[in-house]
Amino acid sequence: MIELDNVTLTAGSCRLEALSLQIPSGQYAVLMGRTGIGKTTILEAICGLRTVDSGRIRIQGVDVTDWDPADRRTAYMPQDLALFPTMTVRQHLEFALRIRRRPGLEIARRVSELAALLQLESLLERPMRGLSGGEAQRTALGRALAWPPAALLLDEPVSALDAATRHSALDLLKSINRTTGVTVLHVTHNEEEASSLADLRLQLVAEPGSGRRVLGVG
Amino acid sequence: MKEPYSEVARKPGDVCGVRPEASGTRRLRDAVFLLLMGGLSSSFVVLIVLLLAADLLFTSLSAFSAAFRQPEIIAAFLLTLKTCTAAAVLSVWAAVPLGYLLSRYSFTGRQLVDVIVDIPIVLPPLVLGLSLLILFHQPLPGTSWILDRWLQDSVGFPVTYRWPAVVLAQFAVASAFAVRTMRVTFDQIHPRAEQVARTLGCSRAQAFLHIALPQAWRGIITAFTIAWARSLGEFGPILVFAGATRNRTEVLSTSVFLELSVGQLDAAVAVSLLMVAMAVVVLVILRGLGAGLSP
Repeated sequence: MIELDNVTLTAGSCRLEALSLQIPSGQYAVLMGRTGIGKTTILEAICGLRTVDSGRIRIQGVDVTDWDPADRRTAYMPQDLALFPTMTVRQHLEFALRIRRRPGLEIARRVSELAALLQLESLLERPMRGLSGGEAQRTALGRALAWPPAALLLDEPVSALDAATRHSALDLLKSINRTTGVTVLHVTHNEEEASSLADLRLQLVAEPGSGRRVLGVG
Repeated sequence: MKEPYSEVARKPGDVCGVRPEASGTRRLRDAVFLLLMGGLSSSFVVLIVLLLAADLLFTSLSAFSAAFRQPEIIAAFLLTLKTCTAAAVLSVWAAVPLGYLLSRYSFTGRQLVDVIVDIPIVLPPLVLGLSLLILFHQPLPGTSWILDRWLQDSVGFPVTYRWPAVVLAQFAVASAFAVRTMRVTFDQIHPRAEQVARTLGCSRAQAFLHIALPQAWRGIITAFTIAWARSLGEFGPILVFAGATRNRTEVLSTSVFLELSVGQLDAAVAVSLLMVAMAVVVLVILRGLGAGLSP
């Protein structure tokens, strides 16, 4: 479960006040709203990259508001994917496990599982340069899932893909949510994406006049 | 309402609304512009080429080899290699963390630190040497404790007028250029990947070591090379802080000065040419890395 309780945060000139939401465990939530309204800011606050001014953030019922990003068990996939340019696909899949000093056998097994799940078997030794948009996106997803997260935060994950790849990527995201039971918060502008994926639809809007951001359901 | 360009378009001989006369005039102006730019640029390039050519014409192979048979020059050459390398290593050692902090973090006094880092770049080199000398020989206010004396008596590592002073004088200037290079390097590396690494379990230190540092290798080599090149050309602070004692603190830049001071112009030019050759090697390395000297 991802829970925001009366959260207020500031990002430059954008101020988000008194945001509250609950995404039940295992649900696929889609957050929509116009460009620049603060959707990414909410994702960054949940994964700990942005401090909140007030309010509490809970993951799986645990208050993680003051926790370091490393301890929150949230996997964040930014819009530009932010892949590591000096690493291969395999090194991306291994990354979260190596940082936690997991045994070699466990790492190898997990990489095999992820490579099969994300159809990356033939790409494991490839560097980032030259990967297609879909391959890069699957690599970023594998990196995020390697150490099973409690919440998967996706910032417009398929916006850079062509139509055909986008459909298969959306199917993949939904199937990952179903098979792993990970709670997903997916930011998008795209109505079609929201319709095909969402168990729960959230809308971030600015109130006319005051400009105050309001998070609504549906 | 008047149509735009209608008068031009109605004239005979127009092609797509552009008169051939206008096109010819533009070509002429372009040619004048390029000639002017080329002329101004070449004045500098020609000056450098003439300087090098004059040096080459002045000396002969025999004078050159005679200069490099002198034990003092060989010692100066070896000391130059050692001190430039030590100063460059120290510069990178300081520049990587400082460049990263200045690039990634907002902290109180950051602007001040930014200005302080640039001081060695704008300060006259002699002043820098003098400041080093004062720092090492001025008693601590209210006490009789002197840094250089303490280093000599307690640590057994005297600095002033010895080879460590050469390294320190070179480091004081070269590190400023290395810091600038590393700052720009880290500015050009998007911090998003490090942020993602932190959500994957990394501490800030691990994100730096595993994500930022491997991406910065080209900048690190560039910073090292620039620091090395700056150290090679350093003269003023070395003369003031380390002196120019033969076989002890003499480096190639001070060799030129010493040879000139005893009227050995042939040897001075030979050493100068050697320094030019070393500078060319450094520049070739820089160009090979796809980076210019300016950070």
